[in-house]
Amino acid sequence: MRESTIMKIHYGTALAAVALVAVHILMRLTQGFAESLEYENVLANYKFIPYAAMLELILILLSVHGFNGLRVILLELKQGRIYEKAVSYGCLAAMIGLIAYGSRTIIMTNMGMV
Amino acid sequence: MAQVSSISNEQTSPTSKLITLRISRFNPEHDESSGFMEFSVSYEKWTTVLEAILDVKKHHDHSVGVRYSCRQATCGSCGMIINGKPRLACFTKISELNSDVVTVEPMNNFPIIRDLAVKFEKLFDTHQKIKPYLIRDDTEIESNEKEFLQSPEEVEQYIQFANCIKCGLCNSACPTMATDSSFVGPQALAQAYRYVADSRDKGKDSRLKIIDDSHGIWRCHFAGSCSQVCPKGVDPAMGIQLLRGYMLGFRS
Repeated sequence: MRESTIMKIHYGTALAAVALVAVHILMRLTQGFAESLEYENVLANYKFIPYAAMLELILILLSVHGFNGLRVILLELKQGRIYEKAVSYGCLAAMIGLIAYGSRTIIMTNMGMV
Repeated sequence: MAQVSSISNEQTSPTSKLITLRISRFNPEHDESSGFMEFSVSYEKWTTVLEAILDVKKHHDHSVGVRYSCRQATCGSCGMIINGKPRLACFTKISELNSDVVTVEPMNNFPIIRDLAVKFEKLFDTHQKIKPYLIRDDTEIESNEKEFLQSPEEVEQYIQFANCIKCGLCNSACPTMATDSSFVGPQALAQAYRYVADSRDKGKDSRLKIIDDSHGIWRCHFAGSCSQVCPKGVDPAMGIQLLRGYMLGFRS
């Protein structure tokens, strides 16, 4: 993938994440902070499909943005063909791994398996 | 390696003052680390740092390695770090530094040849890589018109970037160049913009493709140091941002 395409995704995910995290914070403000962290309320959030979908989207956006940011930092620290390939594929694998693990949590909770 | 030497005062005038000139000395062929030699040099209000270094070479240590040519900020040969900032030695008056000690070191982010002289190969390579010439299918000879006319507004788009003298000060000041040895650098990126913004040029796509690399335009963090140190008033940081506009589709 061309670097300009990657960076467009990078900037796009940042903007979208800011908007969705703002919505997420606003929704947390509908109840007290301690109350929102109670076990039953957290489970209820995951079972509410539109909200669970938004959390899934935030997870994807932040993972893509964060791991690409990490890739950029690591590419600037050291150069070399093998190192750069390892960093790029390593960050991609970590991004997929985190999204898979987070999605598993959201899906399992949503389906009442937790 | 520190050494204090006093220059012969036979040519000094009553208005001259003295400064301590600290010159970085390093020969990669036999030195393990760099050190400084100190010289006491007299100067007038118009004396430049280059003239002070040449004074040292003439009267005390002819082995000081320094590159220079035009002495009028045109050739871009005498770039060095003067009191911590990249500057042209021929364009920097000692009196303007407001310091009794003037320290001169080789430019950062360049391999050292000896003392204050650095290798420019990578700068010229990256400059050449972005195709620093007008690309078109036709030529002036084949065209019916005698020349490719431009309006003043079209010239205004790129003219400041045509003032680049390839002195390397912007690359020396760039924090990304300090960590990313493969980064194309502000000099080449500013020149890429100079030709992309030229209404006579038709090579925009090929140039944008060259700089759209993992060590290309996207690695600029817009520190702005390049623009701050340019002795010719070029603003590479702005050129890079305008170039990004083309990459992101905001400009065409």
